[in-house]
Amino acid sequence: MEKIPVTNLIDKFGLERLNEEEINNFIEVSDIKRPGLELAGFFDYFTPERVQLLGRTELSFLKELPPELLEERLNKFFSYDIPCIIITRNMEPPQPVLDLSKDSGVPIFSTDYSTTNFMSLLSGYLEAEFAPEVTKHGVLVEVYGVGLFIRGKSGIGKSESALGLVKKGHRLIADDAVVIRRAMRDTLVGRSPEISKHYMELRGLGIINVQTLFGAGAVREEQSIDFIVELEKWDDETEYDRLGLNEEQREILGVTLPLVTIPVRPGRNLAMVLEVAAMNYRLKNMGYNAANEFTTKLKDELNK
Amino acid sequence: MEKKVMIQNETGIHARPASMLVEEASNYDSDVELLKDGQAVNAKSIMGIMSLGIKQSTEVTVRAEGADAEEAVDAIVELIQSGFDEE
Repeated sequence: MEKIPVTNLIDKFGLERLNEEEINNFIEVSDIKRPGLELAGFFDYFTPERVQLLGRTELSFLKELPPELLEERLNKFFSYDIPCIIITRNMEPPQPVLDLSKDSGVPIFSTDYSTTNFMSLLSGYLEAEFAPEVTKHGVLVEVYGVGLFIRGKSGIGKSESALGLVKKGHRLIADDAVVIRRAMRDTLVGRSPEISKHYMELRGLGIINVQTLFGAGAVREEQSIDFIVELEKWDDETEYDRLGLNEEQREILGVTLPLVTIPVRPGRNLAMVLEVAAMNYRLKNMGYNAANEFTTKLKDELNK
Repeated sequence: MEKKVMIQNETGIHARPASMLVEEASNYDSDVELLKDGQAVNAKSIMGIMSLGIKQSTEVTVRAEGADAEEAVDAIVELIQSGFDEE
């Protein structure tokens, strides 16, 4: 999302409004500002576009200021375009803060949270809202806690494989279209577009609802993506990875993920292959690599 | 290869137009995508297309890549412009 209406914060965090001005402001950055230094007179690096958080420290400081100086600092503070001000611990801001926020049309709220707690809540919320997002073709399933993003051409059998996995007790997150967002710097989280959530299309049967057919345990709202599985038509001319020593990678939204290419042939039990791929991924993450161990064993044997 | 087109039919792309669109797209070898507000879905996937929830007067982009990309884009644009034979 590019900007969030300030009004969204009121419902989300149960904020209390301290002035009754109409709110039309938007938040455009995910960072949060505690303007302590600015209130002390240092405005050189002020970032007014952020949500301004006033806690106990800032308010006590303001109360200590002589009236003329308080007025001067606040005038300067409110001369910037500020999306909104939030006061923590339900504290009472000095009257000039309320007056000036009203005059300059800056919404001002209070919350009963402590400043640090509220800051981390708000930061988590804003980070998620501003996270870059993209919709990709593919199926997202969770297998033994591992998020598999299955890709490949239409009709290759992505949905059938996912159904096979669901039948074995794993979970479907999204069929055919996956909305992917970068949650942290190197984590991708996928979910289904709201309309198609829990639905799946199977050639010959049409649209089915996985949750009603297989129960609440068969679906999940969100899942982090751990690796990509590319399904492709089995080609006798292509050399497939026989050892699993080389790791291919693919980038989505600037995050690099491991990629496994699996050739598809009629009769190949794809659900089982994918289940093993997920388990193997877990093992590798725990520090065990079967391919490495096997080749080391072989090398030792040859050196005897 | 891509073209922009406006959705004509009153009811938007509901189930029947979506399946017509998928059928048309599947006639071509190229990879065909439908884009709305920067969201791209595979035009050969009925779930993908329906998940976009495309209403009347929405502008969508048809994009294709491959040997028959141009024919694919033209055919789908024509289908959308015809309003999927709806009144």
